[in-house]
Amino acid sequence: MKQLAGLLALIACHAAQANEVQVAVAANFTAPMQKIAAEFEKDTGHKAVLAFGATGKFYAQIANGAPFEVLLAADDETPAKLEAEHRTVPGTRFTYATGKLVLWSAKDGYVDGQGNVLKTGDYAHLAIANPKTAPYGAAAVETLHKLGLYDRVQGKLVQGENIAQTHQFVSTGNAPLGFVALSQVYRDGRFTSGSGWIVPANLHGPIRQDAVILAKGGANPAAKALEGYLKSNKAREIIRSYGYAL
Amino acid sequence: MTPDAADFAAVRLTLELATVVTLLLLAIGTPIAWWLARTRSRLRHAVGAVVALPLVLPPTVIGFYLLLLLGPNGPVGKLTEALGIGLLPFSFGGLVLASVCYSLPFVVQPLQNAFEAIGTRPLEVAATLRASPWDTFWSVAVPLARPGFLSGAVLGFAHTVGEFGVVLMIGGNIPDKTRVVSVQIYDHVEALEYAQAHWLAGGMLAFSFIVLLALYTLYPQAMKGRR
Repeated sequence: MKQLAGLLALIACHAAQANEVQVAVAANFTAPMQKIAAEFEKDTGHKAVLAFGATGKFYAQIANGAPFEVLLAADDETPAKLEAEHRTVPGTRFTYATGKLVLWSAKDGYVDGQGNVLKTGDYAHLAIANPKTAPYGAAAVETLHKLGLYDRVQGKLVQGENIAQTHQFVSTGNAPLGFVALSQVYRDGRFTSGSGWIVPANLHGPIRQDAVILAKGGANPAAKALEGYLKSNKAREIIRSYGYAL
Repeated sequence: MTPDAADFAAVRLTLELATVVTLLLLAIGTPIAWWLARTRSRLRHAVGAVVALPLVLPPTVIGFYLLLLLGPNGPVGKLTEALGIGLLPFSFGGLVLASVCYSLPFVVQPLQNAFEAIGTRPLEVAATLRASPWDTFWSVAVPLARPGFLSGAVLGFAHTVGEFGVVLMIGGNIPDKTRVVSVQIYDHVEALEYAQAHWLAGGMLAFSFIVLLALYTLYPQAMKGRR
């Protein structure tokens, strides 16, 4: 009987320690988050179940009762909006990564280190993410305005619905160049392929990506643990290696 | 918020696209359907399967492969560039091509079923009256297959109006050129402009319902031709 009680206690204890947490992750953060989730499980025993998608869609789903417990958004507005609507655990909102914008081409040597190709290049299309819905798209438009080039290139703009589709337009060569997220084309200090110009941070407002614990995750210790883990040095190193600033 | 100029531009573009695509689909789909209904060739199974592919493939797959095919490194893209047409993605022509591929089964299958339903007898009778195959096709097969043409045209049109994933990928969301209603609705929803989204989404729902209701009511036999 004593043994049984001990066993039960052990099981209960184990259950309390290892939990699952449902995480909604912005599409641009897919690769680093997969890596972080694997480390998170190894280090804490908690399992992060990841769903990837567009932040606007996550907002609509969360507002309509989706079972997400943590949101890693592509912007800082959506988490703030959710907080104002009392759909989050107050005081848990923080910036987990700051995105960097890059003018990128799949062709080697097409984009120079100063981005002069924007002015001089003979290109039919310039791909950006939809500025209305994607923070990277808004930053691209801001950059073009700052450079005084917006009116000149406006007729050449093609919009991807999100930054993943924009990357597809450029990587397949249908658009010779485009503004994408550095995290899509960069690993450990260099471009994985093609050529690019990392847009200086003073040409657009910071692309802050905020995370927040949602109301559904309030009682889940794994949600709290993940929040802490994202702030750890180990996670920050992974985030930085994908070309995000912190 | 009520619909604005961009919304109306998207509606106009969508109707233009659906009209062009439907006409092209009838022109391309009729010979394919006729061949599929009449031939004994072993190839018919393979062709039938290719035609039906868009029914089962997710639009992102079709869109992605079209983007590769039509791109500067794809065979079709190289051809269009050599012909001086340029690259098709991000243009109205590209949307038309993508929509024709995507809506093909919705036209071919009702037509094929209608042609098969005619059977061989009316055609043999026509032949004994010395009608040429061409004459037989136009004077016998087409009138008898009218319900098939009607349901094919309606479904092709409605399906083109409703398509989203492929046009999003091939179109590049350019105002007045490739931004159709479904993309505009998606934008509104993503930007949390739910009021404007409701105008368009509700309109689309009503349009689709009325079109299908009219088809079922006026030509109940048109829909029986479908498997």
